[in-house]
Amino acid sequence: MNNSATLPATAQIAAFPSDRWRRAAEAVLIPIGALFVAMVLFGAFMALVGKNPLEVYSLIYKGGFSNAFAWQNTLQRAAPLILTALCVALPAQAGLIVIGGEGALVLGGLGAAVVGHALSGGQPVAVEIAMALVGMLVGGLWISLAGALRYYRGVNETISSLLLTYIAIALFNHFVEGPLRDPASLNKPSTPPIGEAVMVGHLPGMDVHWGLAYGLVFCAVCYVLVRYTVLGFALRVVGGNVRAARLAGLRVGWLVLVSCFLGGSAAGLAGMVEVAAVHGSANASLIAGYGYSGILVSFIARHNPIAVIPVAVLVGGIAASGGLLQRRLDLPDATVLVLQGIAFMVILAAETLYGRFKAFQPQSQD
Amino acid sequence: MSTKHPSTTRRDLIKAMAAAGVASAVGPGLLGRALAADKIVVGVIYVGPKDDYGYNQAQAQAAAAIKKLPGVTVVEEEKVPETVDVQKTMASMIEQDGAVLIFPTSFGYFDPHMIKMAEKYPKVRFAHCGGMWTEGKHPKNAGSYFGYIDECQYLNGVVAGHTSKSKKLGFIAAKPIPQVLRNINAFTLGAQSVNPAITTQVIFTGDWSLPVKEAEAANSLIDQGVDVITMHVDSPKVIVETAERRGIFVCGYHANQSALAPKGYLTGAEWNWLTPYTVHVKAAQEGKPFTNFLRGGLKEGFVKPSPYGKAVSDAARKDADGIKGKMLKDEFVIFKGPLKDNTGKVVIPGGTMQKQTDIVLEQMNYLVAGVVGKV
Repeated sequence: MNNSATLPATAQIAAFPSDRWRRAAEAVLIPIGALFVAMVLFGAFMALVGKNPLEVYSLIYKGGFSNAFAWQNTLQRAAPLILTALCVALPAQAGLIVIGGEGALVLGGLGAAVVGHALSGGQPVAVEIAMALVGMLVGGLWISLAGALRYYRGVNETISSLLLTYIAIALFNHFVEGPLRDPASLNKPSTPPIGEAVMVGHLPGMDVHWGLAYGLVFCAVCYVLVRYTVLGFALRVVGGNVRAARLAGLRVGWLVLVSCFLGGSAAGLAGMVEVAAVHGSANASLIAGYGYSGILVSFIARHNPIAVIPVAVLVGGIAASGGLLQRRLDLPDATVLVLQGIAFMVILAAETLYGRFKAFQPQSQD
Repeated sequence: MSTKHPSTTRRDLIKAMAAAGVASAVGPGLLGRALAADKIVVGVIYVGPKDDYGYNQAQAQAAAAIKKLPGVTVVEEEKVPETVDVQKTMASMIEQDGAVLIFPTSFGYFDPHMIKMAEKYPKVRFAHCGGMWTEGKHPKNAGSYFGYIDECQYLNGVVAGHTSKSKKLGFIAAKPIPQVLRNINAFTLGAQSVNPAITTQVIFTGDWSLPVKEAEAANSLIDQGVDVITMHVDSPKVIVETAERRGIFVCGYHANQSALAPKGYLTGAEWNWLTPYTVHVKAAQEGKPFTNFLRGGLKEGFVKPSPYGKAVSDAARKDADGIKGKMLKDEFVIFKGPLKDNTGKVVIPGGTMQKQTDIVLEQMNYLVAGVVGKV
C-alpha cells in the first residue's frame, strides 16, 4: 500500500477519477483489506489447531455462499442482524454508543405478540401492520429511555442501555411466565399464539421470511434520512461536535431522543418479525443474542446504514457455514466466534488507517 | 440469490479452490466424505455445548455411541439457538449432508421449528427429545422420545434422606414447569419415604443455564443449613462443584458428575438416551415405521442412577436398591393419593394411583407438602 503513496500525482488521478470515488474506494478497500488480514490470522490459528485453512475457507464458502440453498441460509440469518445493527448505527449518527438492542427486540416482540393475539382473526395485513407499529413503538421508547437518561441526567448511554437490557429481559420473563402466559404452554412458557392466519410468510420464491425485506427497506430509509435530510444533517452535527451543534441552535436533546427512538424501533421491529414470522408467540426463544450480534455488524459497517447490509450478510454467511465446520471438521461452535472476534478487532484497528493513504486523499484542494 | 445450480457442490468447491490458486495444494477427498448409499446419516443438534456435564452431554454420549454402529454416520452441531437458525441447521443437515434421521434435542426446537421442517421434508425422520407429539396434530415423520427420570430423582431423594443430618434438602431448578416440578416432587417424596419430616428448599433461577445464579443459589442453600443438594438445570457443573467445595453432599442430574465431586457425590439421575437413539437408528436403517411416541423409565432403560458414591451408607443402598427393584418390576408408583401440595390442597385423592404413563403427570403444577417454595 505504501507504494501507492509514492506514485506521481498524475497516476493517482488516473486511478481515481474524482474525489468522491477516492473516498468511496477508501471506505471499501480498507475494510476489505482488514478482512483479508483477519482471514490470514484466522487461517494461521486454524493451522495451529491442526486444520487445513484452505479446507476451512472452502467450507465457509460452501456453507454460506456456494449455491441457492446456502445463500438463503445466509440471508435468513442476516435478516434479524440488519435490523438490530440499525439500533446501534442510528444513535451512532448522533455520537451515541447504544448497545441495548437486545432489550428493545424482546420487548418489541412481546408488544407485537400481545397485539397480534388481541387482534387475532382480523384482516391479516392490518394485524401485521399493527404488530409492526407496536413493536417499533415499544422498542423505540425503550431505547429512548437510554437517550433520555443521557440527555437529562448525563448517564453514559452505553452502560444504561446495557443495563436496560437486563431489565427488559427480566420484565419479558415476568410477563411471559406470569400474567401473559398461555396456560396451554406447559413446558415452554409462551404468550397465547397469534394464529397461523396473521403470520408473516416467506418472500416469493425464497425460503427467507419477510423480515429481510423489512430490514432492507429500513436501511434504505435510514440512509436517505441520514445523508439527504436536514434531520440527518443535524444528527451528524450533534455526533460531530455537541458544542458546535448547540451554538448552531440545534435542539440536541430532541435529536438524541429521535436517534435513539429510531434505532430502538428497528430492534423492536426485529422482535415483531421473530414473533410474526418465526415463533407465532413471544417466549424465551426471542432472547437469542441478535441484539448483541447487531453491535458487531454496525461497528464493522462503521455505522453506515447501507454498509450494514453486506456486513450482516457476511456475518450471516459465517454463521451459516459455522454449522458445516462443526459437522465436517468436528470444530467446536466457538470456531466461528474466534473468526468473528478476529475480524472485529482487525477492522477496528484498521480505523486508524483512514486518511493515511495518499491515493485516497482529495486531489482538488490545491 | 445465487444463480448457480443448487446441486453442484463439488464443482463449486473446486472453483473456489481454483480461484484461490491453490487447487493443487489441497488433497483430494477433502469434502468428499463420500456418503455411501448403504450408510445412513444421522444429525444431532444441541442447544448448548456438548461437554456441559449435563443435558447436552447426555445426548452427545448417545450420539457418540451410535457413531460406532456399522453403517451410521453422525453429524453434530452444538449451541444452536431455538430460532430460525435451528430450522436452517436441520435443512443443512438434510441438503448438505444427506441426513435421513435428525435428533433435535432441545425442548424449544419442537414447535414451530421441527414441525415446519418435518412438513417440508416428509421423507426425513425427526425424533425430538421431550416434546408432546400428538396424533393427528403433528406430522407422521416427526415424533418425540423422553424418559421418566423422576424415578431416578425419587431414588436420589431416598439416598439424600438417609444421608442428610439437618433434614433440610435443597433443589436448584430453572423454571417452574411440569417436567421440573415432577422432579422436585419425586425427590422430596423419596426423601420423605425415609423420614416424613424432611423438607426441600427450592430455588428457581429463571433460566436453563445461569452458572453464576446457580452458584449463588447453592451457597445460599448451604448457608441455610441444607446438607444435600440436587438440581434441574442444563449444566449441573457449578452446583456440584460448589457443593463439593463447601463440604456437603450432592445428587447429580442429566449425566454422571461424580468426577466433579469425588467426596460428596452420592448418586445421580442420568439419562440413557442410547436406548431411544438405537430404536430410531435401527428403524431408519431397516426402513421400518417410525415410532412417533417413545417413552420409558428405569425398566425400559431410558434412565439410570449413577453408581453410589463413597458417602452412601449401607442402609441407604439397601433401601434405594429395594425400591429400584420394585420400579424395574413395575410395582412402584411415585405419585399416589392421598397427596397434598404445600398449600394444604389435596392434589391426588386417596386411592388414586398416577402411573408414569398417566398424562396428568405431564401437566403437574404444584409442589408437594414439605417443599419450601412457590410455583
